Amino acid sequence: MSKSERPNQLFRNLNAKVASIPMILTALVVFVGGTAWTVLYSFTNSKLLPRLNFVGIDQYYRLWATPRWLVSIENLLIYGVISLVFSLVVGFILAALLDQKIRFEDTFRTIFLYPFALSFIVTGLVWQWLLNPDFGIQRVVRDLGWTSFSFDPLYNSSIVIYGISIAALWQGTGLIMCLMLAGLRGIDEDIWKAARVDGIPMWKTYLFIVIPMMRPVFITTLVIIAAGIVKVYDLVVAQTSGGPGIASEVPAKYVYDYMFFAQNLGQGFAASTMMLLSVVIVIVPWAYLEFGGKKRG
Amino acid sequence: MADVSLAAEAAAVRSAASGPSGPRPRHVLSRRNIFLYGTLIVVALYYLLPLYVMIVTSLKGMPEIRLGNIFSPPVEITFEPWVKAWSQACTGLNCDGLSRGFWNSVRITVPSVLLSIAIASVNGYALANWRFKGADTFFVILIVGAFIPYQVMIYPIVIILREIGIYGTLTGLVIVHSIFGMPILTLLFRNYFSSMPEELFRAARVDGAGFWGIYLRIMLPMSLPIFVVAIILQVTGIWNDFLFGVVYTRPDTYPMTVQLNNIVNSVQGVKEYNVNMAATILTGLVPLIVYFVSGKLFVRGIAAGAVKG
Repeated sequence: MSKSERPNQLFRNLNAKVASIPMILTALVVFVGGTAWTVLYSFTNSKLLPRLNFVGIDQYYRLWATPRWLVSIENLLIYGVISLVFSLVVGFILAALLDQKIRFEDTFRTIFLYPFALSFIVTGLVWQWLLNPDFGIQRVVRDLGWTSFSFDPLYNSSIVIYGISIAALWQGTGLIMCLMLAGLRGIDEDIWKAARVDGIPMWKTYLFIVIPMMRPVFITTLVIIAAGIVKVYDLVVAQTSGGPGIASEVPAKYVYDYMFFAQNLGQGFAASTMMLLSVVIVIVPWAYLEFGGKKRG
Repeated sequence: MADVSLAAEAAAVRSAASGPSGPRPRHVLSRRNIFLYGTLIVVALYYLLPLYVMIVTSLKGMPEIRLGNIFSPPVEITFEPWVKAWSQACTGLNCDGLSRGFWNSVRITVPSVLLSIAIASVNGYALANWRFKGADTFFVILIVGAFIPYQVMIYPIVIILREIGIYGTLTGLVIVHSIFGMPILTLLFRNYFSSMPEELFRAARVDGAGFWGIYLRIMLPMSLPIFVVAIILQVTGIWNDFLFGVVYTRPDTYPMTVQLNNIVNSVQGVKEYNVNMAATILTGLVPLIVYFVSGKLFVRGIAAGAVKG
């Protein structure tokens, strides 16, 4: 009996296995294989074509000695902190305002979320136009009589990354608001009643009761924002193409340019491996908390 | 219940204008409401401003743009920039406008959406109802893979596509979109199919239906809402893609976003801001229409994809 069942094991659910081939191939070949390949080749001196001439961590030395990479990392950090802080704070406040059982909630939500439907390219080009010093906001304010007014973030290398962040926040805060709103709706109505009976002011209820209760939502949102930050690319390309000079370069653009324009694959691989590393640092603790804990508890 | 407590609160606040009767005995002009709606309206205006400026700019002639204010409505409405953006705007040597990019994007988006959803829904179904040994491992890899920066996997995929001989073609890009859409969609479908009653599946099994039979005759007809959510998610996502378009296609097969960026950010020639804005609106139009038509389903797609992840 057991002998005849053993070969069955492989063919059990055969259809399901066949149907899962695309998933298995994607997981193994592209995600695991592709990642491993890139990491491996980041230790070579590949130029125009990938070659297995190992040079140790030379590419990484060169990477961290390249001013453009250092600027990219600095920009990513500034952009990241701004995105995280502002989209969380503004997103939560907007969600809390919408959660006050107001009228036209759907209208307001539709307005706050619509930029999220637009691509980063469209977002970037619109804000490039609004921030254009000759025609945009600066010009309008100057025409009103304040002739020394200056607001040209995209043309000023010391603040250009803030100008890019403005567009990013306009595009992405609606999503955070939606996630927060879903979280707020998940809070038991009785909590509010109890807090009201106890005479706790609303802001305290939010700060000390509701926000701690929404911890899972915040963690998930944080991960989503963080993953988006590392990937930022199109927005910079559309708004400034990395300029003025190299003032608004970001890592994703560094990778792309070195792989496809500078014909310096090794540098591109090393830079992309650094990007991977930064994501791993964020994801692993989160995955551990989220999934590792569940299995045990 | 909530209305009762709010009404009680409103009554306690007391203000001048109080309605004697009606469904909502609330004071319209309480300080709280002024603050609440005031803030929301100001923020809403900020969010709408770029859209307004885009539309207004695209309807003006260039002389008016040079002289006037970007916020002022057009004195003379002209649709010429729209025509020019659609059929004459130049990228490099090509001067056939955004229409080429539009049709490329259509030819990329439609098969990508169909293929990615077909694959992911079957994956999700297999993961929810036909769990085989090791299936969950692949699924975890898939989900973790969703967080890996695309830059890490771009070049190996270039090599794979080149080996197969479809690098630079629309087919290649469609496959890339299907691959990168898989994690989120599989998650979406797995969660949805898992929430369906197990008895349904068992009954079908007892009646002799197999893997594909149950999928086609029971799961598919019962899960139309999630398919709509997936379609919304994919249409906007793929239409808005830039990175894959720029990496995996050639100038004659560039999707609309890439072509738009090339038109607006080209360094040659005189900048025609009205044409640029018309082109920008045209590119944003498809996802915007999807967004406004789908309404709550769009939000549901986001919530399903994000929160449950």
